[in-house]
Amino acid sequence: MSGFRTLFIKEMLRFWKVGFQTLGAPILTSLLYLLIFSHALKGRAEVYPDLGVDYVTFLVPGLAMMSLLQNAFANSSSSLTQSKIMGNIVFLLLTPISHFSFFIAYILAACARGTLVALGVVLASLLFVELPVDSIVLIMFFAVCGAVMLGALGLIAGVWAEKFDQIAAFQNFVILPMTFLSGVFYSVEKLPAFWKWISHANPFFYLIDGFRRGFFGHSDTEISISVSVVSIATLSLSYICLHIIRSGYKLRT
Amino acid sequence: MILSTNILAAISVRQVSKKFGHIKAVESVDLRVEPGEFFGLLGPNGAGKTTLINIIAGLCLADGGRVEVMGHDVVKDYQSARRALSDVPQVLVFDPFFSVRETLRFQSGYFGIKDNDEWIDEILANLNLVDKADANMRSLSGGMKRRVLVAQALVHRPPVIILDEPTAGVDVDLRRGLWDFIQKLNNQGHTIVLTTHYLEEAESLCNRVAMLKAGEIVLVEETTKLLRRQKEPFLRVRLKGEVSYEIRSSDYARVISASDGGYLIKLSGLSEVENVLRDLRESGCEIDKMEIEQEDLEDVFLSIMADNKSL
Repeated sequence: MSGFRTLFIKEMLRFWKVGFQTLGAPILTSLLYLLIFSHALKGRAEVYPDLGVDYVTFLVPGLAMMSLLQNAFANSSSSLTQSKIMGNIVFLLLTPISHFSFFIAYILAACARGTLVALGVVLASLLFVELPVDSIVLIMFFAVCGAVMLGALGLIAGVWAEKFDQIAAFQNFVILPMTFLSGVFYSVEKLPAFWKWISHANPFFYLIDGFRRGFFGHSDTEISISVSVVSIATLSLSYICLHIIRSGYKLRT
Repeated sequence: MILSTNILAAISVRQVSKKFGHIKAVESVDLRVEPGEFFGLLGPNGAGKTTLINIIAGLCLADGGRVEVMGHDVVKDYQSARRALSDVPQVLVFDPFFSVRETLRFQSGYFGIKDNDEWIDEILANLNLVDKADANMRSLSGGMKRRVLVAQALVHRPPVIILDEPTAGVDVDLRRGLWDFIQKLNNQGHTIVLTTHYLEEAESLCNRVAMLKAGEIVLVEETTKLLRRQKEPFLRVRLKGEVSYEIRSSDYARVISASDGGYLIKLSGLSEVENVLRDLRESGCEIDKMEIEQEDLEDVFLSIMADNKSL
């Protein structure tokens, strides 16, 4: 068994052993969002009028992507922060596992948790709505990029944070506003110019817009722009994260 | 022990320095630990022992200098260096998600070892952890967690084992069992580097010791030679009843202190004990209690630390 494989399995087991908290709870939260927003805004929020997409149906991909992003971030950040604070990160740092294997194992586990939660949200939503699929390739591309991006961001936050309070702050003051202001609950095209500009400056918008395109075949912005922005953001964050791990910043004092 | 610089060192530390802010944790340290040695790293709190160990183990990056483990540079060739080394950390740390066996299997896997259960069982047996193999780490006592730390360090059978205060919080029986096991590993050829505040452990186990103070090495010496540096022994006697004979400084002995029939006599050698006892007997004194006191490693340690106050 290689070091990478062991670390990946360990990271998978870490969230699997507390599945109610790491998988069940976020799926339930998303379904509650779906229930509340669909009842509160049904008939008031107009989305993709040319396609005649029902608002509840419109919500599902956005909620699935939001859950994926938040859980991918939560997995890598909480695992690393907990290991650092409890001190058991030392067992990993003493081993010959390379920086790249370390990075990939954490990212893959983050992807797995994020994807499982998103899949759970989509499957549970199918009880209430019929969800079309226009391009499975786009769905997969944006899901994987989103999970890698937020997994890497979670690792960066985990390396930086010295207490759980800092991770919670990162989650509540950075990740949450960025996901909520990315068009999860509305079509950005309906926003006033300033908020539209703000949304376009947010890489999460391109993740959700491109992901939604994979279901409905329609998006608020050009798909090529979404693919480019998401690719560049994913590669940049991965590179920064890998560099930080290689440097030993806050890991090897 | 004959030391040779021609053979590959188990650990080679050359001009290693490390600062934390303005504080010098380790300053220009040179150290060589030979393969198969049981080596003690001693020093008061804050002397830089753990920092030095962390640099050797790759947990801490040195500001300057070079460290090799079994000939592998701990930075440039870190993977080979870490395969050759294990470090039992001083602080009790554990992963609360897993059982003892899962923890040891993961640790084996990190080193690319699969199907390691036979060796894991042997380690568990030697560390009296067999009945706790499937217990969650959270449920273990401090002493048991400490033994799991030792077990984790041994899963990949490293040639060099660093033990940073491994017996802190471990009861006497288990401590003895732990040392028997570590001694066995040393006899099998593993190099052991030990830091401990129990200097009697270092005295009985280590072939050589290094003493650190304020980040600098103030002494590296074979333990037996170090103990031979000790000063003259003392004889402590308590006499019964009325003491008619007064012990005074004389040719053979020097009284350091005297009170209520108790005397502390400095001897030039152990052979003088018989002379003192004979004189006391001939003078009609009856001995109630007698004790010979000799300097141990702790006294030598304290004396060396006191001699290097300027550091």
